[in-house]
Amino acid sequence: MARSLKKGPYVFHKLLDKLVKAKESNKKTVIKTWSRSSMIIPDMVGETIAVHNGKTFIPVFITENMVGHKLGEFSPTRSFRGHSGNRK
Amino acid sequence: MARIAGVDLPKNKRGVVSLTYIYGIGPSRAEEILNSVGVDVHTKVQDWTDDNIKAITTLIQDNFTVEGELRSEIQTNIKRLMDIGCYRGLRHRKGLPLRGQRTQTNARTRKGKRKTVANKKKATK
Repeated sequence: MARSLKKGPYVFHKLLDKLVKAKESNKKTVIKTWSRSSMIIPDMVGETIAVHNGKTFIPVFITENMVGHKLGEFSPTRSFRGHSGNRK
Repeated sequence: MARIAGVDLPKNKRGVVSLTYIYGIGPSRAEEILNSVGVDVHTKVQDWTDDNIKAITTLIQDNFTVEGELRSEIQTNIKRLMDIGCYRGLRHRKGLPLRGQRTQTNARTRKGKRKTVANKKKATK
């Protein structure tokens, strides 16, 4: 079920704080976050956010097309390297 | 023979059924279209008047994206997903189901026909 429009998109509050700080300092810093369920909002465009996948942080450069998706969609949690004996 | 949106409609079928031959129009849309034009749903295509055909054609043109236009729209949506590198895009690239379905068995619609792997060992009992 879709989230209520009244509440607006979900963004983890600490991530929002970090975002504001990064915007103020005007430096290109990578923001680390574990919050995979946060929605990508227009303010994030142009930032690089390192999203945890359970093991490491995957840096994601946010572009305009990504707005409306969740951060976790860009940080795969599984690595499928192919079946054994599938050498080519 | 009625020709709407570049598709020849089968003339000896009922109107609602015939309209579903157009890509992008299913049973409910077909009914909706015929009701708003004022053609009985059960009338066969060969019994439509030229005015009916004209009205239906313009209605579809103005309100729905169908056929080639719809296909290209879907393709651009898929391409967008693949370009931004999100999970659904990756699944599209690999030709696997997108919405968390199991893939150990089934998922044949996405994966296509079974490819037999040579020398694959059967599970030992």
